[in-house]
Amino acid sequence: MKKIRIQEEFCIGCRLCEINCLVKHSYSGKIIKAFREESPRALPRIRVEEEGYLSFALQCRHCEDAPCVENCMSGAMQRDRETGTVFCDEERCVGCWMCIMSCPLGVIKREQKTRRIASKCDLCGGEGEPVCVAQCPNEALLYE
Amino acid sequence: MRDPFRIPSGCAVSGILNLDGKPVSGTHIIRSIEVMHERSNGLGGGFAAYGIYPRYADLYAFHVLYDDPLRKQDVETILKQRFSVEHSEEIPCRKTDVIKEWPLFMRYFLRYLGEEENEDDEVVQVVMEVNSSIHGAYIVSSGKNMGIFKGVGYPEDIGRLFRLEEYRGYCWIAHGRFPTNSVGWWGGAHPFGLLSWSVVHNGEISSYGINRRYLQNFGYLCNLQTDTEVIAYLVDLLVRKHRVHIDYLGAILASPFWEQIERMDAQKKHFFSSIRTIYGGALLNGPFSIIVGFPGGMFGMVDRIKLRPMLAAWKNKTFFLSSEECAIREISPDLDRLVALKAGEVISGRVGERNNYGQKLAVSGV
Amino acid sequence: MAKSLLFPEFKIDRDKERCISCQVCVRQCANDVHEGSDNEDTVLSQEENCVGCQRCVNLCPTNALTVHKREGGFRPNGNWSEQHLRGIYKQAESGGILLTGMGCDRSYPIYWDHLLLNASQVTNPSIDPLREPIELTSYLGRKEEKLDIDWSGEFPLVQTRLAPQLELKVPVVFSAMSYGSISYNAFRSLAEAAREVGTFCNSGEGGLHPDFYPYGDNIVVQVASGRFGVHRDYLRVAAAVEIKIGQGAKPGIGGHLPGEKVTKEISRTRKIPEESDAISPAPHHDIYSIEDLERLVFAIKEAINYKKPVAVKIAAVHNVAAIASGVVRAGADIVTIDGIRGGTGAAPQVIRDNVGIPIELALAQVDERLRSEGIRHHSSLLIAGGIRSSADVIKAIALGADAVYVGTAALVGLGCHLCQKCYTGKCNWGIATQDPVLTKRLNPNIGKRRLVNLIRAWSFEIKEMLGGMGVNAIESLRGNREHLRAVGLSKEECAVLGVKAAGEGW
Repeated sequence: MKKIRIQEEFCIGCRLCEINCLVKHSYSGKIIKAFREESPRALPRIRVEEEGYLSFALQCRHCEDAPCVENCMSGAMQRDRETGTVFCDEERCVGCWMCIMSCPLGVIKREQKTRRIASKCDLCGGEGEPVCVAQCPNEALLYE
Repeated sequence: MRDPFRIPSGCAVSGILNLDGKPVSGTHIIRSIEVMHERSNGLGGGFAAYGIYPRYADLYAFHVLYDDPLRKQDVETILKQRFSVEHSEEIPCRKTDVIKEWPLFMRYFLRYLGEEENEDDEVVQVVMEVNSSIHGAYIVSSGKNMGIFKGVGYPEDIGRLFRLEEYRGYCWIAHGRFPTNSVGWWGGAHPFGLLSWSVVHNGEISSYGINRRYLQNFGYLCNLQTDTEVIAYLVDLLVRKHRVHIDYLGAILASPFWEQIERMDAQKKHFFSSIRTIYGGALLNGPFSIIVGFPGGMFGMVDRIKLRPMLAAWKNKTFFLSSEECAIREISPDLDRLVALKAGEVISGRVGERNNYGQKLAVSGV
Repeated sequence: MAKSLLFPEFKIDRDKERCISCQVCVRQCANDVHEGSDNEDTVLSQEENCVGCQRCVNLCPTNALTVHKREGGFRPNGNWSEQHLRGIYKQAESGGILLTGMGCDRSYPIYWDHLLLNASQVTNPSIDPLREPIELTSYLGRKEEKLDIDWSGEFPLVQTRLAPQLELKVPVVFSAMSYGSISYNAFRSLAEAAREVGTFCNSGEGGLHPDFYPYGDNIVVQVASGRFGVHRDYLRVAAAVEIKIGQGAKPGIGGHLPGEKVTKEISRTRKIPEESDAISPAPHHDIYSIEDLERLVFAIKEAINYKKPVAVKIAAVHNVAAIASGVVRAGADIVTIDGIRGGTGAAPQVIRDNVGIPIELALAQVDERLRSEGIRHHSSLLIAGGIRSSADVIKAIALGADAVYVGTAALVGLGCHLCQKCYTGKCNWGIATQDPVLTKRLNPNIGKRRLVNLIRAWSFEIKEMLGGMGVNAIESLRGNREHLRAVGLSKEECAVLGVKAAGEGW
């Protein structure tokens, strides 16, 4: 399965990945609307970690042995058999946060939609290059 | 009137060489070039003939054109500084229906007075001096046992004007010119000669600017502003001074492409890449086919992508070069062999040598 | 401190309708121009810090930002330009020399823009580069006057041993930019691109980082007055050695890399202590005359066993033709001439803008002088200083250059926006900086790709132009001024350039 590879030596800490991820997962998919008109504002599923001059963008690694899938009591958190992507079926998520507690990387967030659900990187649906990779101005993220 | 500009022109060229060195009359070459009448436009024609002055074979035969007969004195003064004039006369001409007026043509048979070893260089200097400094006089040819006859008109008419049927030479080269302007100057016609070289040329040299400056480095002054002049000087420099073998002139003047050189074996690769590295300024670019006459032979060459026509043919002991096949068939309907020159190829013939039949050294597939 | 009389040079327009307060601009500006307010929904800007580098504009995801020259600051005055007034205010406040970066930005005539190229019509067929080969390969180095060839065998044997040559697939070389003046990533981009397209980059005077030794076959190393990082391996690993006498942006003066830029890696490369100033003296203190240059040229040739060409770089000054002739006679295999528009990482503005002559004139004169002295083939001519496009390249070659150096054009290819603040070390594009926050902004994989694209694109254009002229090998255009014509130049300028006026035939 293709994964997002992080080249932290080229991450410039601009956080455009976060912004583009948010837009991608917003209702409108349009940047100005997503930020200024949609409420609650969508959450980015990628996060730039920084210390000193080092930075890198972290998102779900779609672990082979994913504890979030293991620990999900409703079966919402699951792996797509074809693509291998770990994703959350929002219909079935009950917001128990077992996934958040078991994730070793802390990349699952609580998101307020009609109700509170777990939100995480879905590799933009698994079709083509995820938006964080495609829009990174310095090619610090690779999808391979 | 000296033509101040370099004039692009399309042309017809033809050459006949008897490989036994037997002299033939000028009738044949006139017939050959006449067939290609349509390739010239009546603004220039000329001939070079080798072996025509056996009586004075050791002497420099200078053909001098005087637009202004009053300059005769000046030229002769210069000539007498370095040479003794063994014989001089007006070149006999006949009035024809077509050419009724012509400038004065003189020929001088000269014995060089100085040291033998720089004889040729001295001759070159005299030619350059006269041609660049004396307005109204122009040295048309300066070789031994050869001469150039040229003027404004169709080549066949020029041939008749100069009564070439009365001369007998073992090698004849002819040129019919199609210049793109209307300026008619008798000295601007071809062949172009220096020492015993004579060059006829169909084409335009787009590398002219750098070839001219390259030659300047070696003391050649191109004052005529013609492409042909540049070719003649390059041939003189490379063959006479740098001792380049005539059959390999194409390696310099129309060198193979780097991608062809890449594919050669080590020895050839070294040869061609050294040549291209050192002689870049001598590469002739643009379309051309040329015939160059020299004592004892002639060679033909075409540019590196063959943009102008040239054929070589052999029949018994005669070697032909021409822009068009018809010009050869006119004199010799049956041929032993006929080939079209390949891009960058040199095909030569020499009196007393076996026919090389060409294409042995051709690099290009064009 | 007394109030400064300066006011911001740039105006930043933030479209409130479009700004989403994402803070990208805040995070990208090394000059602290943008600042998020306490109330997270707005971003404020400190215009006085802005250098107009356009980094924030480029990265703003909503195109909410415009940075433009602030209009109407000074009362219009034909004599007292804004540049003069700003200079006076700055100097009255600082008491120092005004520093700047990149090349001269004054509007002196640019002769490239007054030269036009030829093309074939009717009498000479033009050549289509898509169908026929057109050759750009060039060799730099001393050329023999003639070859001695043994014609007696089956195939001729060249007996002359050729002087060492640099083989260029494209007659464009990346000019000297030291690691120190530019970042590691910028240098890596240049070195990798040079290798990919078959040309060379130049180490500049700052030594060669060990990581770049494997690229030695595509690197020209420089020996300048500071002799930083010069040692046997440095000379031997390179494809050629260039002695730098002068630089077009600052003829007659040396260089100064401030200690704060001398990081651990740079100290290792330059062989000087960390954080110490790297000062290149104005002259080489072992070259006070032309015969001293000859000694250095041959000392280097000895060190590299005469296996590689040695170049000498001089700035285009008034007597450049005679100087170049001396340099050729001193044994240089390549003469590099850098014109007044050549770039720099740091130079006094008054020098950059007022000293030297345009490269076009210098090139024309040097080429002509060497030819008239019959020594043109002793050295190749590499020229630098303001080559902006393939048209400039081809015109330079027609004037007589063997190849051209590009510095600024390569940096622009990497993202430089010519803000001329290289000397501050705060290059927002990650090029002229050693700050690790900034240097990682230039991904050398992208940098290499962009440079390779640029040189490829230029070589396609050069081939098109050559083909149009009916020339299928670049050496047939080299020094072929018949293919150039001048427009809008005086007789004297035409004569200096050795070019006829447009409209004149052959």
